Amino acid sequence: MSAAAPGTSKTGHSDVVQKKKKGPGALATAYLVIYNVVMTAGWLVIAVGLVRAYLARGSYHGLYYSIEKPLKFFQTGALLEILHCAVGIVPSSVVLTGFQVMSRVFLTWAVTHSVREVQSEDSVLLFVTAWTVTEIIRYSFYTFSLLNHLPYLIKWARYTFFFALYPMGVTGELLTIYAALPFVQKTGLYSITLPNKYNFSFDYYTFLILTMISYIPLPPEKRTNALWKEQRKACRHSEYPSQR
Amino acid sequence: MNGKKQGYYLSLCACVCVCVEPNATIGEIKSMFHKSQGKSLKDEDVLQHLPVGTTATFYFRDLGAQISWVTVFLTEYTGPLVIYLMFYFRVPFIYAPKYDFTTSKHWVVHLACMCHSFHYVKRLLETLFVHRFSHGTMPLRNIFKNCTYYWGFAAWMAYYINHPLYTPPIYGEQQIRLALILFLFCQIGNFSIHIALRNLRPPGSKTRKIPYPTKNPFTWIFLLVSCPNYTYELGSWLGFTLMTQCLPVAFFTVVGFVQMTVWAKGKHRSYLKEFRDYPPLRSPILPFVL
Repeated sequence: MSAAAPGTSKTGHSDVVQKKKKGPGALATAYLVIYNVVMTAGWLVIAVGLVRAYLARGSYHGLYYSIEKPLKFFQTGALLEILHCAVGIVPSSVVLTGFQVMSRVFLTWAVTHSVREVQSEDSVLLFVTAWTVTEIIRYSFYTFSLLNHLPYLIKWARYTFFFALYPMGVTGELLTIYAALPFVQKTGLYSITLPNKYNFSFDYYTFLILTMISYIPLPPEKRTNALWKEQRKACRHSEYPSQR
Repeated sequence: MNGKKQGYYLSLCACVCVCVEPNATIGEIKSMFHKSQGKSLKDEDVLQHLPVGTTATFYFRDLGAQISWVTVFLTEYTGPLVIYLMFYFRVPFIYAPKYDFTTSKHWVVHLACMCHSFHYVKRLLETLFVHRFSHGTMPLRNIFKNCTYYWGFAAWMAYYINHPLYTPPIYGEQQIRLALILFLFCQIGNFSIHIALRNLRPPGSKTRKIPYPTKNPFTWIFLLVSCPNYTYELGSWLGFTLMTQCLPVAFFTVVGFVQMTVWAKGKHRSYLKEFRDYPPLRSPILPFVL
């Protein structure tokens, strides 16, 4: 590029004197309440589905198939949350939300759905369980917050269970991706090789390995930092906690 | 500053003095230190001509670690030049060993190397001899960000263009010729704009004036566009994309276009703010469109 942007830096903006953030309007609040209630219900359906299937079969094996459809539906539905941030009815960062939702959707569709052989792995159950508990707590947290009636129990559960659920989810996700690797390499899934007229190539196998590596330094910072920020904000502006 | 001449009393020793109410908290004082008091003063401003009384209060802002624009430009442009050539000459450990130090059999690959290298040599020379920068420095972290962008994309593009399995453009010579014409036209155009912008500004000064078309036909685009240097830059990369028919080059062109549009819109807005008589027909980067 021929010229670049103006060179003055932005100083970190001070948290000390901050305007009170306006909440979403009445219509937006109503919509968000409905959204969060529906999502809570959806993940409860998945939870119940898992329990019933376990009781019916008597084993942990292959429970994915009993909740495959609602899992795909409700996890994909979370893409709306990116829109909520973009439109401004939820005061979270579009980039952060996008990153988190896309990583879930990626695991649901591009790994678990796409590589049939991993669907019977126990690691799938591990992350599905972690996601289910996390999301039930998270969406009910948002529902109650929007209605200005947040029971301390839910807030406590959200920040406490995270320390168990997050490692559980990450482990399940990493093991699942790892299990998918040999099949991806064998079939050349989602890969493009040279030569071709667009002079482009993509190796999904390498991409998955890079994805696994990216779990290590980045997500803990983003996740714990995001939650700690929310915790601080929640303490200071207790009438309007951070939303998704 | 006592004595016969009427001077200004400046409170500027080791501390910074700020006007506060007695009931101000320490937090509020801290935020005043960081608060932007509108536009920054220019280095050339003279104290006497500032709108202050006999007591002047200065607000300082710490910009953090800085690096000169020239340094950043030279570094970020030298990288792609060198990196591309490494792929062109098929230095070991990039492609399969049997291809080490071989050359491509497609003449368009040689042409692409010449164009890419010419482009970055032009940029380096412009940085050294043409551009007159408003700001001396930018934040230090920009050099890492910018170099990652330029060097990364250069490596990505060069890998495919110089690959032993590279496929030349579908429409062959016709496509390559058209692409080359577009590329050269826009390189000359871009250079013309840089010269025109430089001539608006006397050496060593930082004055800002509205750019107008000159005798050089390549500058007549100023009638329709505020930042034709970006317009021509887009054209150059479209030409290079067409010439190489390479998807990574297309990605690079799109990303660059998005960034330049952001810059062009900002520049256009500040032109409109600063000059009452700014020509209304002009768009930021694409005539009539954007």
